[in-house]
Amino acid sequence: MSILVTDTGFLPAPPADAVPLAGIAAHRGVLDLAPTDDPAALRPYLADLTLIRVAFPVFSDGRAFTIARRLRMMGYGGALHAVGPLIADQYAMARRLGFDAVEIPDDLAARQPESQWLFRADWQAHEYQARLRA
Amino acid sequence: MTKAHDIGLRMVRNAGGEPGFEVIVGGGLGRTPMIGTTVRDFLPVADLLPYVEAVLSVYNTLGRRDNKYKARIKITVHETGKAEISRMIEDRFAELRPLFGGGDQAVLADIRTAFAPPAFRDAPVAAHDAFYRADPVFRSWADTNLAAHRNAQYAIVTISLKAHGQTPGDATSDQMRIIADLAERYGHSDLRISHEQNVILPHVHKSDLPVLHAALVKAGLGTANVGLLSDIIACPGMDYCALATARSIPVAQELATHFEALKLEHDIGPLKIKISGCINACGHHHVGHIGILGLDRAGVENYQITLGGDGTETAVIGEKTGPGFAYDEIVPAIERILRAYLALRTDPGETFLQAYRRVGLGPFKTALYGEIGQKDAA
Ligand code: SF4
Repeated sequence: MSILVTDTGFLPAPPADAVPLAGIAAHRGVLDLAPTDDPAALRPYLADLTLIRVAFPVFSDGRAFTIARRLRMMGYGGALHAVGPLIADQYAMARRLGFDAVEIPDDLAARQPESQWLFRADWQAHEYQARLRA
Repeated sequence: MTKAHDIGLRMVRNAGGEPGFEVIVGGGLGRTPMIGTTVRDFLPVADLLPYVEAVLSVYNTLGRRDNKYKARIKITVHETGKAEISRMIEDRFAELRPLFGGGDQAVLADIRTAFAPPAFRDAPVAAHDAFYRADPVFRSWADTNLAAHRNAQYAIVTISLKAHGQTPGDATSDQMRIIADLAERYGHSDLRISHEQNVILPHVHKSDLPVLHAALVKAGLGTANVGLLSDIIACPGMDYCALATARSIPVAQELATHFEALKLEHDIGPLKIKISGCINACGHHHVGHIGILGLDRAGVENYQITLGGDGTETAVIGEKTGPGFAYDEIVPAIERILRAYLALRTDPGETFLQAYRRVGLGPFKTALYGEIGQKDAA
């Protein structure tokens, strides 16, 4: 089990019928990406995917942030989840880079309860990078 | 120092006279010293943020995750190679550039207004010129600690925090208050701290220099040594730093007092000595003309010397001379190097660094270790 964190709080994470990048040809709308995957390989499939889940092996490995941003720059408009032990302080950054939600393990949800994530649900406030890109 | 950083931005103008940046990536000191690689000779000012984002984005994708000591831009640039990393940065930049619609330029324009030049005074400087000719103490300070200002009536003043025998870069709370008052009175309320650990008053009218100098001397801040031997950068070392393997500050203090007693530092001329108390290189010893690195050899302080380092646009990592020196041997060792320099320079105008570049390490090794010792050291 794991927890899906959104701007309104915790939900039980629904099971995902996902394929890895190697199996993308047979996808059923949901794809799992590893931090080493190159999003450029997804270009032909982007319009058909409804959910992409990008893995964070540890909170300090930021490669998935760049992947999220690149997927949004490529025009991907479906759901995008960060999956792994992110910490609550990173929630705002994940949202700003294009993730819709973060899937965290249960033990982390116990250690960092819902209130700590809701505290960063105001991720649009003080988004200085958006101001610079305006 | 722009070549010894993760990302270095050196202000340049292109052939058309427009301002921009040379972009250098993958420099750094510490345990793996490297001079950075130029990935763009000229980047227009308006492209700065998307370009830097592209560099960081590529680094975030490629950077090493398996070993935190190798999780540095310099390692990524070294392992990926200049051609490939430049291509990846340019590709990422092409994607990112269109996302910047001018918001960054509006913010920059706002910031610029906070850095408007002060209202320069127009006043005679004849009294200053006469004082300069008449007072040798003032003249020696002015020759060493002033730099030319673009307004000929003004000067850029460096207040030395390197009084001989004091902890380099330290000022007392009283001195800080005095400096702040002087900046307010004579410096258009502007003061800056330099990476050399001195204080700069960027706009002082020449007619105010004699009274400013007198006030500095009274506060123990009138040392005339900017850019000379005793203007040393020393890290805190064993005296304050938990990571240190040796002391830095006392080495700097002894070097300064020793050469002050010999009255040699003005004769030696421009010289940058930098001292670090461990391999982390916070004193930037690799880019000192003379670098000193304090190590721990079986519980005993041992100081390794590097020569010929340069942190400017002609950046070079200094070369190791050979085996290190014990604490009580380091000052005499530096004296041997500098006496060798004085003996072999073509004329007093040839600086230590120029002489080193002309003759190489050999004569200095001989001065340090002797003819026989040099073989042992090899
Ligand atoms: S070089 Fe070493 S001893 Fe000196 S400040 Fe840095 S970590 Fe501390």
